[in-house]
Amino acid sequence: MTSTEPPTDEHLVELAKTGDNGAFPELVKRYSRRILRVARNITNNDEDSEDVLQETFMKAYTHLDGFQGNSRFYTWLVRIAMNESLMKLRKRKTGRVVSLDEELSTGEDTITREIAVWEGNPEDRYSQEELRELLDTTIASLPEGFRTVFVLRDVEELSTEETADMLGLSIPAVKSRLLRARLQLREKLTRVFKQKGDDAFAFL
Amino acid sequence: MPSCKDFLRELTDYLDSCLDPETKKELDKHVEECPTCWVILDTTKKTLKIYKGCAPKAVPAALEDKLMAAVQAKMAERKCGQ
Ligand SMILES: [Zn+2]
Repeated sequence: MTSTEPPTDEHLVELAKTGDNGAFPELVKRYSRRILRVARNITNNDEDSEDVLQETFMKAYTHLDGFQGNSRFYTWLVRIAMNESLMKLRKRKTGRVVSLDEELSTGEDTITREIAVWEGNPEDRYSQEELRELLDTTIASLPEGFRTVFVLRDVEELSTEETADMLGLSIPAVKSRLLRARLQLREKLTRVFKQKGDDAFAFL
Repeated sequence: MPSCKDFLRELTDYLDSCLDPETKKELDKHVEECPTCWVILDTTKKTLKIYKGCAPKAVPAALEDKLMAAVQAKMAERKCGQ
């Protein structure tokens, strides 16, 4: 049996650098969905995320020679997409600029109000489409400083170190924002998924 | 013994399995005995599982075409420039 393993990112990058016509488009196909998701989650805006998607791959192509393979290619792409997304966000916030400290202090801290078990497995009870919609809305409701950390760590599954490096944060800052982001999302999802215990036994 | 507050503070490291064995053991014990923290742990785990398990949406066809056209144009531009 011969297995035709798809070429690795590194191999495609090398081919693209030497002028292969198919290699870079292949990388674009491989990662366009995920880059669009990063852009959408950070900018919360369709038009901006479409621009970010295109800009990310344009910049990646232009700077391909500068990619030395010290990090994963995907991490490198996410870094470009994150910078582009944050720039879009800054442009839209033309009015009052909310400082990060101000924004973070209004986050509910580590308060947990909704203590309820969930009704079954949400994955079994909702379609992928419904879940995605719900996840996008809940992520969008997070303050920017939490959203960026959560998207990198828990959606795109970058390491704490990569996230800290990309956002210019210390490791403890990443961890504390991640904790608060996770708890806030847990809280929001619990409101949707919690077992309707009180209602179910209301007739008794 | 760790309190609920201690447990919450360590929750991220607990979930990411980066605690020293001693602390982890203490927190395990707390979760076993504290229904509130058990629920928080369980629902936070499920929260993360949903986020990580959700595949990204396909790029709409029109957008994908536009992107590919831009990529091709960029590649052609570079070839001609050299
Ligand atoms: Zn507790």
